[in-house]
This record gives sequence, C-alpha cells and structure tokens, in this order.
Amino acid sequence: MKILNIIISAFRALQRNKMRSFLTMLGIIIGVAAVIAMLAIGQGAEYSVKEQIAALGTNVLMVFPGAQQQAGVRSGAGSATTLTEDDAVAISRECSAVQYISPGAMAGGQVIAGNLNWSTSIQGVGTDYLEIRQWPIEYGDFFTDQDVKAAAKVCILGKTVADNLFPDASPVDQTIRIRSVPFKVAGVLKKKGQNAMGQDQDDVILAPYTTVIRRLSHWPNLRYILVSATSLKDIATAQTQISELLRMRHKIQPYDVDDFTIRNQTDLAATATATTQVLTILLASIASVSLLVGGIGIMNIMLVSVTERTREIGIRMSIGARARDILTQFLIEALVLSLLGGITGIILGVVGSNLISSIAKWPTIITAFSIILSFGFSIAIGIFFGFYPARKAAMLNPIDALRYE
Amino acid sequence: MIQNLAQSLPGINGTLIHIEHLTKVYQLGEVDVHALRGVSVNVSKGEFVAIMGASGSGKSTFMNILGCLDKPTKGSYILEGIDVGKLSRDELAMIRNKKIGFVFQGFNLLSRTSALENVELPLFYGPASNKTRKEKAMAALERVGLGDRIHHYPNQLSGGQQQRVAIARSLVNDPSIILADEPTGNLDSRTSVEVMGIFQELNNNGITIILVTHEPDIAEFAKRHIVFRDGKIRADKVNSRPKIASEVIKDLPLIDDEEEAA
Repeated sequence: MKILNIIISAFRALQRNKMRSFLTMLGIIIGVAAVIAMLAIGQGAEYSVKEQIAALGTNVLMVFPGAQQQAGVRSGAGSATTLTEDDAVAISRECSAVQYISPGAMAGGQVIAGNLNWSTSIQGVGTDYLEIRQWPIEYGDFFTDQDVKAAAKVCILGKTVADNLFPDASPVDQTIRIRSVPFKVAGVLKKKGQNAMGQDQDDVILAPYTTVIRRLSHWPNLRYILVSATSLKDIATAQTQISELLRMRHKIQPYDVDDFTIRNQTDLAATATATTQVLTILLASIASVSLLVGGIGIMNIMLVSVTERTREIGIRMSIGARARDILTQFLIEALVLSLLGGITGIILGVVGSNLISSIAKWPTIITAFSIILSFGFSIAIGIFFGFYPARKAAMLNPIDALRYE
Repeated sequence: MIQNLAQSLPGINGTLIHIEHLTKVYQLGEVDVHALRGVSVNVSKGEFVAIMGASGSGKSTFMNILGCLDKPTKGSYILEGIDVGKLSRDELAMIRNKKIGFVFQGFNLLSRTSALENVELPLFYGPASNKTRKEKAMAALERVGLGDRIHHYPNQLSGGQQQRVAIARSLVNDPSIILADEPTGNLDSRTSVEVMGIFQELNNNGITIILVTHEPDIAEFAKRHIVFRDGKIRADKVNSRPKIASEVIKDLPLIDDEEEAA
C-alpha cells in the first residue's frame, strides 16, 4: 500500500470520530503549545538579561567596600572607611588595565521642581560614568571635572525623572531642589529602560560624587567604585591590579581577607544567564510532562481503536494486507494525530507567546530550535505511543479478527 | 515458489488445488481437537464446488486453510503449483491478495466506506496505480450489476447489494478461486438465488468457485458436492444437473422489493 494512500485513509479513519480525534489531539496541542510558550518565556528572559548586562558594559568591574561574603570577625560592611575618594584616585593613577573610573555615592530624597515633586535616588558619579555605562545624553551636557572638583550643584536627570518633573518644558538650565539643596539641571539622559531586575533605570538623578557626599549624604566614603577595563580580556588583569593596590593601601596582611569586593560583570552575566537557562529548562520540562500525558492519550485511543476495528483488520488481512501494512496503517494514524496536534500546538504556542508578551509585557522569543524541538517531540510521541497499539493490530490472527463481534 | 511448479499440474490437466492428507489439530489447553483428519481432494480450474457439512464437521477449518488464513498441521496444500504450507505469514497474505477472493456470510464490508472504495481495497495492497485501481473496481462493480451504486455506503445498500459489493471485491484482483463462506446465510431466499445467479454467471465465465454452505437448496446450484463429517470427506460427487438460478428465480413469487429485503 502506497504511503500517500495510507495517509489519506488515516485521515478518513480519524474523520469518522471527529470529536474523539480532536480530544486526543488536544493533549498534544496543549503539551506542544505549553512547551513553545514556556521556552519562549524562558528564552525571552534569558535574552533580556543578557542584553541588559551587555548594556551595562561587559568589561565593567565594580568595587564594593566591606568583605560582604566572608563570615568571621570584621567590622561590618561599609562601617569601616574601606573605600575612599583617594582609593579611586589611586586606582585611576596606578592601574594600567583600567580605562575609566567613576567613584560612586548615593543619596535618596524628594526632588522638587516648581510645583511638582518626585522621589528618586541620586547617584553621585564621576565624569567617566556615562562612558562606562555606555549611556548617552539625550540633550544638554554632562558635568565636567571642574564640577567634580568644586562639588558643584549640577545634575543630570534620568528620562523618568525629567518626564515627571518637567512634563511640558525642557529641564535644561532649570533649577530643582534635592532635599532643599538647589541643583542646576545640565542635561537629560537617553531612555535606558528596565534593568535585569525589572527596575526602571531611568528613575535616577546623576550628580558629581563629591557634591552628593558633601551636600546630600554626608557619608564620607564611597559606596562603590565603577571601573572599566581597557578591553574585555584585560578584566582579569584590572581585577588583580585593583585588588593588589587596595590591599596595599588598606594595609591588609597577607593572611587577612580583603575588606572590599570586586565584582565582575562577566561573572554576573554568566550567573544571570545560567539562572535563566535553568528557569527555561525547568519550565520546558514541566510543559513536556503534559506532552507525555498527551502521548499516553494517543496510545489509549489507538488501543480502543484497534479493538473497535478488529473486524476491519480481519477483513484487510483476508484480502491481502500483510502484518506490516496493518502496522503502518495504525502507526500513521497515530502519527497523523500527533503531527496535527503538534502543528496546531505550535501555532497556538506562537500565538499564546505573543499574547503573553503583549498583555503581560514579558519578553518572549520563539526560536526555530523550540519549534523544531516541539515538532520532533510530537513525531517521537506519535511513533512511541502509536507503536504498541499498531503492533497489537498487526499481530492479530486473521481468523480471530474476522470472527470478532 | 517457483521450485514447486514441477509438482503442479495446472495447464496440463487444469488442476488448481491439490490437497493431500491434510490434518489440522487445535490444542485447546490439554485437549487436542482434530478438526481435519486426513483430507485429500483435487479441484480443477472452472469448477463450482459446494462444501457441505454440519457445524463441527471441519468444513470451516478446511475453508480457512483453503483461503490461506490458516496453515495445516500436516499434509500438503498446493495452490496453482505453490506449496502453501511452506509460506510465511507475509507470503500467505500475498497469496490471499492475488489468488483468492473471499465472500463472507456477514458481507464484511468496511462501513462508512463507499462501495467503490470497498472494492478497491484489495488493490491497495498490490502495485496497482490509482487509475487502474479505480477502473478495475468499476468494472467489477458493473459485473455484479452495481455500476450505478458505486458511491453508496454499505448501510445504504440492501443485503443482496452488499453481498454483490463483496463479490465484486473478491473479483477485482482476478483471483484463481473465489471462496464463499455461507454467502447466502444472511439473505432471504429470493436474494439468495440472485446471488447464486451471480456466482453461476462468474463460473460460466471460467472462474473457479468454492462455496461453503449447510443449505442443500443452495448447494444444488453447484456442480460438485463435497460433504464433510468429523473432519473427513464423506462424500464427493458430481451434481449432474445443477439448478440454474436464472430459471429458478422465474418460479419464485415476488414477495418484496429488493430494497426492503435488507
């Protein structure tokens, strides 16, 4: 029997029990759609994490005060004057692998402009900050080294802050009051969107770190130092140089632990990516359980079908069907079920993923891989769960099958 | 298969079926059931044989072996020079497809499948192209007088018409023999005679027919009677004056329309 004819007769056989065929397929449809949607969500998360980390700049190092991950006797994190402005100056002067450096200070508070006010965080940074973060200015200017030295009361607004404080006018050269201290707005940053943790990166005000330390936070030490290495492959060198320099400057004995932590964006990226990958695998494996259940549904229905059609099998055998003809017939029926289900499931999964991303604003990515995987999976399920019933049909004795009532 | 040709006699004296010392033993648990106890018979090309006997006489077992649905325990069955006893399951399926046409008591048509598709079915398991398959099936249906009902489903046809579809199906591959197992068992007497008329017509055109029946009336249409009892052939005689269906039907009163006979 030619394969095309078998496929046609398989379609007919399935048409005879439309409702049953549909319900059987539903298991596969849901399973495949779930796998596609879960992979899309997982891979979407992975992609956006990667992209946001890349946006941070991959050759970036962050130096934090305090030995945050060590137990034992030590002065609490940040309580010691572990990172100072002088440390930052020393790093920029002595570490050859360091290209840009931006000391970091932080303050929070209510910001007032005219009759509008807004609560946000004020980041004290250096002039290199935008280079390190690869964050352009939309309009206006950034502050200068002169402003840093003078602890000038200038600031740059993030897009969100600008939109909230100056909904109609340009904020440049306007004056805002941060915790009652008047600041002149020098510029507005380009919109950057959410970061990997879902925070709005544009809800920020940048000011010279010296200004933040002296006029706002009144905390003499740096919260962090942001450093970029001269190139991606120099990250390790930069890390070693900074570490050695700071140990020396902080007079740390060889047997003592660091009183600072250097974090590497590449490590962070790898960790975050690995986390989202685990998430993707987890989601997909949960979804594939439903695919498995769908497969068992196919086997169940095929077994029922073989029993119901025992007489038909007998007739076919009596007029010359070989065991393998019967096997192929039922196997193809199972395959048609699972493939139709698979294709419908893929369509449903793609539509569903798009719905998720448009309604819940989650990034979703549908890759060719996930479609091929689901398609392959449904073929495999059709063959795997269709084989036993098909074999059962093929092994029937023609005489018994003909007599079956 | 070819090595068996030497043993065969067709073409020389027209022997189609050569059966010698055929026995069939079924094992039902501890007990051996001897369904056939040494049957020897020859059937020539063009014969119309009625196999008769009570239930349990072994005629059904004999029929199954003749139809290559079952294999003998001992003895040989040579069909057109092929020693069927030595064939594999798949080879038997091929013999059934090419050389044997079945007609059953319960018609055994595929439901929700048109008459034409039912008749085409044996050709699906052969090399026929879609076009020749359709042509052959049409020709077979016309031969049994159902050329105008090709797209009807079995449930839209009367019993007699269904049996004619089944006969068309058995004919479609030009078999060496047609095996009819109680073909009139589910039909009323007038329709039975009509069906026998078709068999006689086919037989007159040279097709060998072997008919299993327990009705003596029906057997009267055949040219030879073989009677089974207790797994053996008890009688094998020529029916010198078989009834002619086309004549019998003239004498039958018209009771009902054929459409209602089902």
